[in-house]
Amino acid sequence: MSAALLPLMVAVPLSAAGLLALAGLPPWLNRVLLLAPSAGTLVASTVLLWITRDGTVLSHNVALWPDGIAVPFLVDAFSALMLWTTSLLVLVCAAFAIAVGDDRTSYFCPLVLVLSAGVAGALMTGDLFNMFVFIEVMLLPAYGLLAMLGSLRRLRSGRVYVTLNLLTSTVFLAGVALVYGAAGTVNLGRLAGAAADSSMVAVGMGVVLLALSVKSAVVPVHGWLARTYPSTSPAVTALFSGLHTKIAIYAIYRLYAVVFDGDSTYLWIGVVVFGATMVVGVLAAVGEETTRSILVFHMISQIGYILLGVALFTELGLTAGIFYLVHHMIVKASLFLSTGAIEKAHGTGALDRLGGIAAREPLLAIAFMVAALSLAGIPPFSGFVAKLALVAAAFQAGEWVVAVVAVAVSLVTLMSMLKIWGGVFWGVAPEEADRPVHGPHTEAGSTPVLVRPEVPAAMLAPCVVLAATTSGIGLGAAVLLDLGSTAAANLLDTSTYVEAVLG
Amino acid sequence: MTLALTIGVLVFGAVFLMLQRGLVRIILGFVMLGHAVNLMLMSAGGVFRRAQPLIGYNPADVVSDPLPQAFVLTAIVIAFSITVYMLTLAATGSDDDTEDLS
Repeated sequence: MSAALLPLMVAVPLSAAGLLALAGLPPWLNRVLLLAPSAGTLVASTVLLWITRDGTVLSHNVALWPDGIAVPFLVDAFSALMLWTTSLLVLVCAAFAIAVGDDRTSYFCPLVLVLSAGVAGALMTGDLFNMFVFIEVMLLPAYGLLAMLGSLRRLRSGRVYVTLNLLTSTVFLAGVALVYGAAGTVNLGRLAGAAADSSMVAVGMGVVLLALSVKSAVVPVHGWLARTYPSTSPAVTALFSGLHTKIAIYAIYRLYAVVFDGDSTYLWIGVVVFGATMVVGVLAAVGEETTRSILVFHMISQIGYILLGVALFTELGLTAGIFYLVHHMIVKASLFLSTGAIEKAHGTGALDRLGGIAAREPLLAIAFMVAALSLAGIPPFSGFVAKLALVAAAFQAGEWVVAVVAVAVSLVTLMSMLKIWGGVFWGVAPEEADRPVHGPHTEAGSTPVLVRPEVPAAMLAPCVVLAATTSGIGLGAAVLLDLGSTAAANLLDTSTYVEAVLG
Repeated sequence: MTLALTIGVLVFGAVFLMLQRGLVRIILGFVMLGHAVNLMLMSAGGVFRRAQPLIGYNPADVVSDPLPQAFVLTAIVIAFSITVYMLTLAATGSDDDTEDLS
């Protein structure tokens, strides 16, 4: 695959979005145009994974002006892996959204497409300012999606979400300005190692990393995530959980590796902050009473694990962090989708108003159980390998306190998962489980019919696909670990990446 | 120095407005903060060279740096669109700014 085709992964979804937004196409064509670009990206990123598996870096500089002023697009093993995972998630979440009928909301399809274009761009760009632009491209449709779907609380949480993200984006931009003022460039190739040489650049990049940490919901700036994510529609929550915070995490990995050269002076900050993130997230989840709010707090806890990899910055640590990132994106989306399917079918996600789902929906229960055990780190699922590698890396780096914290936190995680399991899947269905449903043609005032809600197969399939993926990653962990260690090697030795950016 | 002071005053006003209750004031705060950061980007390119950046028209040592100007242009467009969207959010849901946001 020629590197000149890389910008297409941004251009195709954007063009499809434009077409969908402007032309009033029939619903089936809407769906095809929603799914086809993501499927295309999935195929393309599989090819890219194959090409980059030996550490090759593909690059293409759009509009290469004299002095190397360009819009660089790059793919190495890390970005290819992320592209693969994100496009899989977009595809699966879009299929779920179609199943629950979210796609009938006007502009849903174009917004998701713009979102996926922004994600692909942010993963491939080799320029700090372009990263800002692509993150904005990713966030703008998110504002719309959050305010369009879900409960009425969404309007209030939409305000929190927009203001928080606008503030952090502005801080990010201020950091870009400081870096440009100090280094005279925002090209990642030229900024390579610059923070180690100049403390001015280090401060500027520090501001950028601070903004990214807020975006990835690191404790103590995690409150916005728990406040906003549970109030939109389940499909959108799953989509956001897989994409937004994870792009910020990807950016932290990339920028810290390239610009700071993985400077171990800052190791202690990472260990303290990310350790606190693990603990606070998991403890906050204990007090929650609905499925999605429990899962959202677990997400915060897991973000601590993922970022611990970049704090350690050893080969094993980075490999484990990257493995954890991919595992987490898949598992979390799977959990959000399976609980979302229950929420859609039964009308609530509150633990005390659900029960006995396992007997009625055995396949869904298995999908949830697989993902939940994987999240807690029980073998043979992917979470076990991820946690094992990370704890081993922490011990290897001599950070045994944080390693013990990681193990303890995963026990509490298991407890919370069992709480959802006990509240939702086991036990007896409460009295009002049979929901009154009006037939499609009944007139107002007629007697509603009591029906037992059921999760349709179209909602079930996305959850099962993701649960199967996490077991697949768990059983065939060697493949992903190999890819992870190639990606880690590219982060440890950035020379290939830097040469590729400079073209 | 003038630029630095202007940026300082803008950030001061922005922080003050953002700590207020109503969403419209917060939005005005964001407008000011956006201006402050745009000025920061401009100053990052150096404001003392001001000739048009046209190749072969002006010598390279007097032309202004076009890159930060392009950055600012992009940033203005993005900030503008989000401001409009936030104003829409402020207009929907009439008086929940006064409620306790628990």
